[in-house]
Amino acid sequence: MRPAPSRITFGWDGVRAGFARTLPVALGVASYGLVYGVLARQAGLSLGEGLGLSGLVFAGASQFVALDLWVHPLPVSALILTTLAVNLRHVLMGATLRPWFGGLTPLQAYGSMFFMVDEGWALTLTELNAGGCRASFLLGTGLALYLAWVGSTGLGMTAGALLGDPARLGMDFAFTAMFLALLAGMWRGKRDLLPWLAAGAVALLVEHFAPGKWHIVAGGLAGGLTGALRHGR
Amino acid sequence: MAAEPQASILAIAGMALVTYLTRAAGLFIATRVRLIPRTEAFLAGIPGAVLISIILPGLARGGPAEWAAAAVSLGLALKTRNLLAAMLAGVAAVWALRQLGG
Repeated sequence: MRPAPSRITFGWDGVRAGFARTLPVALGVASYGLVYGVLARQAGLSLGEGLGLSGLVFAGASQFVALDLWVHPLPVSALILTTLAVNLRHVLMGATLRPWFGGLTPLQAYGSMFFMVDEGWALTLTELNAGGCRASFLLGTGLALYLAWVGSTGLGMTAGALLGDPARLGMDFAFTAMFLALLAGMWRGKRDLLPWLAAGAVALLVEHFAPGKWHIVAGGLAGGLTGALRHGR
Repeated sequence: MAAEPQASILAIAGMALVTYLTRAAGLFIATRVRLIPRTEAFLAGIPGAVLISIILPGLARGGPAEWAAAAVSLGLALKTRNLLAAMLAGVAAVWALRQLGG
């Protein structure tokens, strides 16, 4: 769907709508933030280091991976390069937002991008594809997830030992369930079948052989390329 | 453990910087490269492909409880278009099925 640039807005009502839509997901994120906090403490991070990572990097998957590398003396360049590799999927995600973010001011657009995480991006794209024109929706999703992630990191690092495993309550499945529901809404018809099959096959293959999150980059590219190759046929 | 605060500050700052760059780069590039219809088709195919790539490997490592719960979520999402309902039903289903499975 291609919105007229003049219809795109960036205001508080969009932030509020994004924030409210994200709250149930933020609960799932918080349960993982607690686990992250507990593991960060076990890995020897100070409270400042843990909160610094959650507040400035704000990318769960890469932060979990970094805990494995957090041994003294710190392998600074390995930490930075691994983080880059795990987060490269953001490049693909950001590019898909161009129809709505291309016409915003740099501060609105690139300020919002700091808050783009998988869950908020998927919710935002679903909202905008359904005809929404409030670009600030992304910022709202990001703020809800940011508060949940940073707050639960701190709680996990200070009081986390008292808490159990989120898998016990099925909370680990919340993300899969949400992503599946969003995927169902993205189905545009039979032309999606081949790109999606290609994406799934490549993701499974790459996940088997490569560490980190390369499978998301590879699967995303495979699906996009398959769609582009079939374009116009 | 606070023996080398400079190294940890450097690591955190570097990780934050490269992560922000990955977030900004996609929009930055997409707004500057002139898009032909084939590139548009490429970008249009990415969201579903990224979601599948996030979901599938984890599901493949799961078992019957996760697969059945995934079917519950997917079916409910297709039928009701209600995100929250699909999410809660999936979590409840996986919890119940794991209890059954021991």
